[in-house]
Amino acid sequence: MSDFESDLPSNDRELQEFMMIEQQKAKVHEQIHEFNEICWEKCIGKPSNKLDSATETCLTNCVDRFIDTSILITQRFAQILQKRN
Amino acid sequence: MADTATGQNKVELMSQVKQHIALANAQEMLSKMTEKCFKKCIQKPGKALDNSEQRCISQCMDRYMDAWNLVSRTYGNRLQREHYKGTVEMAD
Repeated sequence: MSDFESDLPSNDRELQEFMMIEQQKAKVHEQIHEFNEICWEKCIGKPSNKLDSATETCLTNCVDRFIDTSILITQRFAQILQKRN
Repeated sequence: MADTATGQNKVELMSQVKQHIALANAQEMLSKMTEKCFKKCIQKPGKALDNSEQRCISQCMDRYMDAWNLVSRTYGNRLQREHYKGTVEMAD
């Protein structure tokens, strides 16, 4: 992304906003790739004709539980750091 | 370069950015799909990809994209829920 930023006029609000939104979207996309990779490993056995409903449930649960885990670990880690100080 | 891009330049720049991102996205999908489907479908690499391996690979690709779409929707819903929670908590 940095190769674009150097070309940008610094005071064009519309462009800045556009870039911010696109960067945000790219981040979300990156995150989806990561979740998909993790949950694919957890939920998919042999690829078949379609995703059955059990697999679909596994995938949606996997994404939500991964996010829960990430939040929980972040909070607990912050507590641990706080206690040390 | 001028301080503010002319209208035409700007439109061009924006579409370039979008294209660049779309390309990066497709490349990411391609490389992940190759890695995952190789892992799932090629147990013991032989002299060539046999028919059943090829069939497995195309099914795997389709399922990988299905999974991607589902994961994307699930994440989108979650982002929306978290956002809603945030606005409610702020109002309290």
